[in-house]
Amino acid sequence: MTASTIQVTGMTESASSSWHLRSFLRTGVLGGVISIYLCLVGIVPVFADRALIVGVIELGQAALLIAFGAVGYLAARDQVGVSRVRAVAAGTAVGAISGTFLTGLVLVGSVVDLRAVFLNASPELYALLTNGQGTSWAWFPILVGAITGGLAGVVAVLPAGLRSMVLVSLGSLLFFGLFAGLLRTPLLVTPLAGPARFLLAADGLTVPGAILVFFGTVAIIAVVRRTKPRQRVNALPKAQRRLVTGPAAILLLAVILLFPLAMGSFFAQVIAIVALFILLGLGLNITLGLAGLLDLGFVAFYAVGAYTVALLTSPGEFGLAQLTFWQAVPFAVIFAMGFAIFLGLPILRIRGDYLAIATLGFGEIIRILVGSDLLKKSLGGPQGILNIPKPIEVATTHWLAGPTQIYYLALAFAVVVAFVSWRLRGSRMGRSWMAIREDEDVAEGMGVNLVQTKLLAYMMGGAFAGLAGAISVALIGSVFPTSIQLQLSINVVAIVVVGGMGSIPGVVLGALVLIGLPELFREFSDYRFLFYGIALMAVMIYRPEGLLPSKIATRELHTADELAEMDDADLLAPEEITQGSAP
Amino acid sequence: MKVRRLDRITDVAIDVFMWTFRAVIILVVVVGSALTLLSGKYTPADWFQLIGKGLTVGSIYAMIALGYTMVYGILRMINFAHGEIFMGGAFAGYFTAVALMQAGALTASVASGLISIAIMILVAMAVSVGLALAVERTAYRPLRNAPTLVPLISAIGASLFLQYTARGFFGSGVYGYPSVPFLNEPAPIPLLNMRWVDVLVVVASFTMMGGLYLFIMRSKVGTAIRAVSEDKGTAALMGIDANRAIVVTFVIGAALAGAAGVLWGLSYTQVTWSMGLVPGIKAFTAAVLGGIGNVAGAMLGGLFLGLIEVVGPNLFLSGFGVPSPTQLKDVVAFTMLVLVLVFRPSGILGERGARSRA
Repeated sequence: MTASTIQVTGMTESASSSWHLRSFLRTGVLGGVISIYLCLVGIVPVFADRALIVGVIELGQAALLIAFGAVGYLAARDQVGVSRVRAVAAGTAVGAISGTFLTGLVLVGSVVDLRAVFLNASPELYALLTNGQGTSWAWFPILVGAITGGLAGVVAVLPAGLRSMVLVSLGSLLFFGLFAGLLRTPLLVTPLAGPARFLLAADGLTVPGAILVFFGTVAIIAVVRRTKPRQRVNALPKAQRRLVTGPAAILLLAVILLFPLAMGSFFAQVIAIVALFILLGLGLNITLGLAGLLDLGFVAFYAVGAYTVALLTSPGEFGLAQLTFWQAVPFAVIFAMGFAIFLGLPILRIRGDYLAIATLGFGEIIRILVGSDLLKKSLGGPQGILNIPKPIEVATTHWLAGPTQIYYLALAFAVVVAFVSWRLRGSRMGRSWMAIREDEDVAEGMGVNLVQTKLLAYMMGGAFAGLAGAISVALIGSVFPTSIQLQLSINVVAIVVVGGMGSIPGVVLGALVLIGLPELFREFSDYRFLFYGIALMAVMIYRPEGLLPSKIATRELHTADELAEMDDADLLAPEEITQGSAP
Repeated sequence: MKVRRLDRITDVAIDVFMWTFRAVIILVVVVGSALTLLSGKYTPADWFQLIGKGLTVGSIYAMIALGYTMVYGILRMINFAHGEIFMGGAFAGYFTAVALMQAGALTASVASGLISIAIMILVAMAVSVGLALAVERTAYRPLRNAPTLVPLISAIGASLFLQYTARGFFGSGVYGYPSVPFLNEPAPIPLLNMRWVDVLVVVASFTMMGGLYLFIMRSKVGTAIRAVSEDKGTAALMGIDANRAIVVTFVIGAALAGAAGVLWGLSYTQVTWSMGLVPGIKAFTAAVLGGIGNVAGAMLGGLFLGLIEVVGPNLFLSGFGVPSPTQLKDVVAFTMLVLVLVFRPSGILGERGARSRA
């Protein structure tokens, strides 16, 4: 059996027509391990009550189906070159193998009390896996796995155009299933309440809603493909192109500006936090993205900004000056900058990976000091500083009340900061930063003063973080030692890394995905950092330049051959390159 | 011309700053110690007790530090997830301990208690080794030739993943290790005022570290590891399988971290999903302190850091009238970290291993 499956190097043609039993089994085992992991880590049982399509599928089950489908798809894609029937069969078999693992879990769980170790190995989980029928239905996951894997196999053998259409539509089904409840609430007070009730449930889509979303997406994709609006616009002469892009930009701006007013205060709060993290991300983008200094103690500057504003504006016992927010912000930025110099001077001469740990140490020192008895008299200790005034004092019914004004504030600052960092990147200083990121010795040889350059990057990053800290205090209205956490630094690192180091659009995307989504779906918050961990590893392994990379980073991180390959494969790359080469 | 003058000014400014920094630290240490000792706030017995505590925690740091130092020596990367490998070992030890407790083996007699602890350590080692192999395979191996920060970020990702996986598996609560009565009795050691569990921690860790030292220095595999740390290319030309040496390094480091997890659990009696991070960073400090890549240095660095962390706050800070100085023990440890990285990144005993990443 094994002898027939051994692959002979150099015989790729004949090898690809064999069944690849080993890679096949490996994919199945991978699917099985992933699905058991999803069960035990709690994603399946915890989200078992969270409907995606009401009465049809819950999120927890969907997670398992996605896992089965993904491995089935992989296995089927492997066999597509051979024959379509075989590809579908491979998908089915791999799905079934994955399901077998869950069957095993149910059977083991019926004998051994797994709950003594794994909290989530509960009777509810087993009920979910056996369709509520008990151990006699332990075969049920195999059936589900085989069907899902087989369906994924069918999708895999579809022609490319149709395949991407189905996958995107499934993706949008998932997206709207998650968002349905959030969309429904604000819609209920509008004249659209009737259709909203019909299509959207309190959590998840209704069946008609799901059908509409799926086929709506299919229709949109079909129309876009047929009419090719993007190519047409790009083919237009420049003056005419502006006639299209101008109004589109104005529309986008209007949506961004009116968003919190239209969607209510919960969305305003979330989007204000996102804007705040964009600000932090843009700061770290200079330190990490441009100058290549991994700062794991970024929260220290945030803390300085936050506590400066708190101390200067608070009317309470710790308040020093009772300034307004606007008078205090410059101090916050200047202090954060000064603090960056103070921390930066000793540590910026040490090498990259040590620097990361040293900054982490600084962050922790600040966190402990702020909460300690030593500084309790001036910083309030664990009780923090309360009653910090809002930047714009208005009545609670005013449209600028609450998080809305913070959103506009953070947005305005983010735009300014984005502009500054964009201009900095192209400046002499920016080029020096990128030079030391690539090779310190060479940069020094070319006349870049390492310490000055690094210090300036560190200062700029610190200033932006101080600004973000100042705004966050205004948002929350208080500051505690517990709001200064290593997690915050890690959060910002994740935004910059996932979005693309050195890329400003990347930071915006990173903040939207990594902060916006978990803030919208509070029930996911327990799994937020789990997801960050996976994202950090996956980005580093598969796409070290990030999701929305700057052109320079892409060129640096891949060899010429890989780039040539990407030109063929990546849909975005050719456009960027033609744009770049056009004078 | 103008630029050059600016350069000179910054250089002088930095020199002045660094010397001030040094002077302040030395001043704090000397004056603080003098004030504390003169005030007579603590009796000699208190100091000895603190030293005993410092030795205990220091030998655990030393065990974790060995994993950092060996991996850094061979791959030039900070294995940021190593603290989580330690956490995994502590949990594995906990569940084994609960099982042994229910079977009555843990508390039946001293002999069966010790055997039970040995079993716990073995299980913890196995789990930690499994975790480390998985992490090495998925998160580190594909990035072996990438620029320095890339594997470090991936390692941070692995660390988060393991932490929150543990949180998902075991919940966010704190688990208490079953208490073993005979371990909590005071040991007949003059002055240091240690319990038997502390003695066990120190003895077990030094036995294991001694074994490791001999293994690295004497055995063929150990020689291979040292050769690969020195120069991967040349080692490969001599017929050494570099990949195998790297995997063995991870296995040894993880085994020690797993054992350290059990010892930590026995000594501090609490395990939780986030317990790996801070000891991990401190152990890294210990590794740098002793000279990264240097096995004997990591042991020395661990002990030294443990002592500084436990004795330091009382000795240096209480003289200045700082309220509740033990609150600041992590501040002392992390200040130590920054000081070592800034002033002596090559450590006390000197770095070992290749000068640049292979």
